[in-house]
Amino acid sequence: MTDHQALAADLVVDGLSVAVDGKEILRGVDLTVPAGEVHALMGPNGSGKSTLAYTLSGHPKYAVTGGTATFGGDDLLALPADARARLGLFLCFQYPTAIPGVTTVNFMRAALRAQGKEMPAREFIRRLNEEMAALRIDESFRARYINDGFSGGEKKRAEILQMAMLRPRLSILDETDSGLDVDALRTVANGVTRLAGPDMSVLVITHYPRILEYLKPDRVHILNQGRVILSGGPELATQIEREGYEPIIGPVAAEAGASRTSLTGVVAEAQA
Amino acid sequence: MTVQAHELSKDYEYGFHDVDISVFRTEKGLSPEVVAAISDHKSEPAWMLKFRLKAYEHYVKRPMPTWGADLSGIDFDDIYYYVKPAGEQSRSWDDVPESIKNTFDRLGIPEAERKFLAGVSAQYDSEVVYHNIREDLEKLGVIFCDCDTGLRDHPEIFRKYFGTVIPPNDNKFAALNSAVWSGGSFVYVPAGVKVEVPLQAYFRINSDNMGQFERTLIIAEEGSSVHYIEGCTAPNYSSDSLHSAVVELIAHKGAKIRYTTIQNWSDNVYNLVTKRAIAHENATVEWVDGNLGSKVTMKYPAIYLMGEGAHGEVLSAAFAGPGQHQDAGAKCIHVAAHTTSNIVSRSISKGTGRTSYRGHIKVYPKAHDVRINVRCDALLLDEESQSDTYPYMDVNSPDVTVGHEASVSKVGEDQIFYLTSRGIDEQEATALIVNGFFEPFVKELPMEYAVELNRLLALSMEGSVG
Ligand SMILES: Nc1ncnc2c1ncn2[C@@H]1O[C@H](COP(=O)(O)OP(=O)(O)O)[C@@H](O)[C@H]1O
Ligand SMILES: [Mg+2]
Repeated sequence: MTDHQALAADLVVDGLSVAVDGKEILRGVDLTVPAGEVHALMGPNGSGKSTLAYTLSGHPKYAVTGGTATFGGDDLLALPADARARLGLFLCFQYPTAIPGVTTVNFMRAALRAQGKEMPAREFIRRLNEEMAALRIDESFRARYINDGFSGGEKKRAEILQMAMLRPRLSILDETDSGLDVDALRTVANGVTRLAGPDMSVLVITHYPRILEYLKPDRVHILNQGRVILSGGPELATQIEREGYEPIIGPVAAEAGASRTSLTGVVAEAQA
Repeated sequence: MTVQAHELSKDYEYGFHDVDISVFRTEKGLSPEVVAAISDHKSEPAWMLKFRLKAYEHYVKRPMPTWGADLSGIDFDDIYYYVKPAGEQSRSWDDVPESIKNTFDRLGIPEAERKFLAGVSAQYDSEVVYHNIREDLEKLGVIFCDCDTGLRDHPEIFRKYFGTVIPPNDNKFAALNSAVWSGGSFVYVPAGVKVEVPLQAYFRINSDNMGQFERTLIIAEEGSSVHYIEGCTAPNYSSDSLHSAVVELIAHKGAKIRYTTIQNWSDNVYNLVTKRAIAHENATVEWVDGNLGSKVTMKYPAIYLMGEGAHGEVLSAAFAGPGQHQDAGAKCIHVAAHTTSNIVSRSISKGTGRTSYRGHIKVYPKAHDVRINVRCDALLLDEESQSDTYPYMDVNSPDVTVGHEASVSKVGEDQIFYLTSRGIDEQEATALIVNGFFEPFVKELPMEYAVELNRLLALSMEGSVG
């Protein structure tokens, strides 16, 4: 890709605070992903990683209460989700949504058209087939309804397929690795590394350093309780693999974070 | 008379109307004299006049149905029951009066005929102004004409079946239709003949305060098959029109009839239609019924499974926009053993639109080894949209397998977000979800109609998200 739009751009998040249903989840996130770099965002369960991903992508449920986020200098927060996607943002969903009755082919064509990246039918099918083969997605998925009845792994591959077709300038991968076996993980990671570079920056959200062995992040950020509390080089991921989050965020917070799902109420109270 | 056209609503592109070119119309309102005038104008045999007058009596006697949609807005005295347009019926579009031809041109009918239809019939107000059938089919003995022609030119077959599936006293609107019927289609397929491409009838109301009462009778002899498609539109007038058809299908042993409707009435039309089929031994009848538009629709295509091994399908899709009520459903009556039926209903309500599903399943005591499957799903687009379900089952045989599933859902914020996160705007995202919801229906349509239906849906969706 040679046109200017295709080149990756800087993502700059500054003091971003976000509330969901009146509850503050992000409390001043600072994060910069320079054009063309791969950054990892790690942190315990419930620390706000998905919230950040959704907010940057423009989910209407996430209310920004402070701070800014720009992409290539454009104010992301002023735009609806579809306009952000047209700027080149792509979110690989942690839990992709099923759209019954809408086939992968029709969906991809609609998305490409919406982004001004329409191509002749023949070329479209050729490229779709190529990308599907690279991701080891069965041909039958062309006519299947998007995410409808897909297994966890199939959903993740389908997300990467969309990314490969849409060629975004910034991909946010929200736990794309979770639930994948070793082979699937390698396939998916290859799908990302193939595109990552000057044309596409990546923000990869993960729990597990394993995917990072493939993606080789330039920087690693640790999110805890709605803030980036530490940033470092790739060695930070290795450290977390060895020692867990505890040495970084303290024992209580690590516990609370890890068991967030079952203790949500209690923790929320404790934090209030 | 001058016709006052309502300003075209922007999402109903067929809302245009032509100048009034009727050459004969009965006075407003209904009486035995009006019924007789219609029969006389058509130079019908005495038995038909008698049939009509008897039906008129039933019509007067029967109360208005109050169990379904609100029909209180119909002013029966303010309706023209018969309006004959200019010109004689023709087999060539060139002979159809210019303004009528323009109407059908705008609806794409002659073009569709050239491309993929085996025969076309076009009804304008009360009369069929054009009909044609491919010569090869005609040579095989296939009859495709309007019902008036059927009565005149094929009296034996016609009289043998007419009014046997839906007798005049069946319900108030069947009685009304039986009294004042005009036009519609008469289709006869001889034994063993398979009509591979569809026959299409097109119904257009042009006059305001008009009642259109077409009558359709389709007979498929043993081992034959036919696919009949009807499409309907009308202009937007400030006053209401009434469309009340009767459709009778007879599928003999091993025959197959598929009857597809794409109704797209303007939202001033009361659409009250009785459709019923008889399926004999090993016969298959399929109603594929798409209801867009109209002010009120009440329509419950029925299949009487009379012979062993008969199979029935009712596949319907309804879209109710603001102020509209689509009260639709299906009826499958299992009289014989080893019969199966499958009912799939999908409905969407937008704004103050309301959809109702009314199902009636009956299994007779002697009908063993019967399988029935019912699935109805409703999608609500707004907070104020409504959907309700009235399934009714009367199963008197122990050897019956029934599957029944129903769901009501809303277009999810997460679905919209997922699609918009790929660059698709909210309006198109909603349209995609809506189209996807209708997909099980749309995929049963010939490609040209599938494209058209999706386009119409997109139009009805315009401005629905804010
Ligand atoms: N849609 C939502 N509604 C209510 N609470 C939410 C919602 N999304 C996230 N949260 C809450 O926000 C916090 C952060 O969640 P999330 O961003 O999903 O964390 P992570 O992705 O890091 O596991 C959690 O306490 C979670 O319960
Ligand atoms: Mg998450």
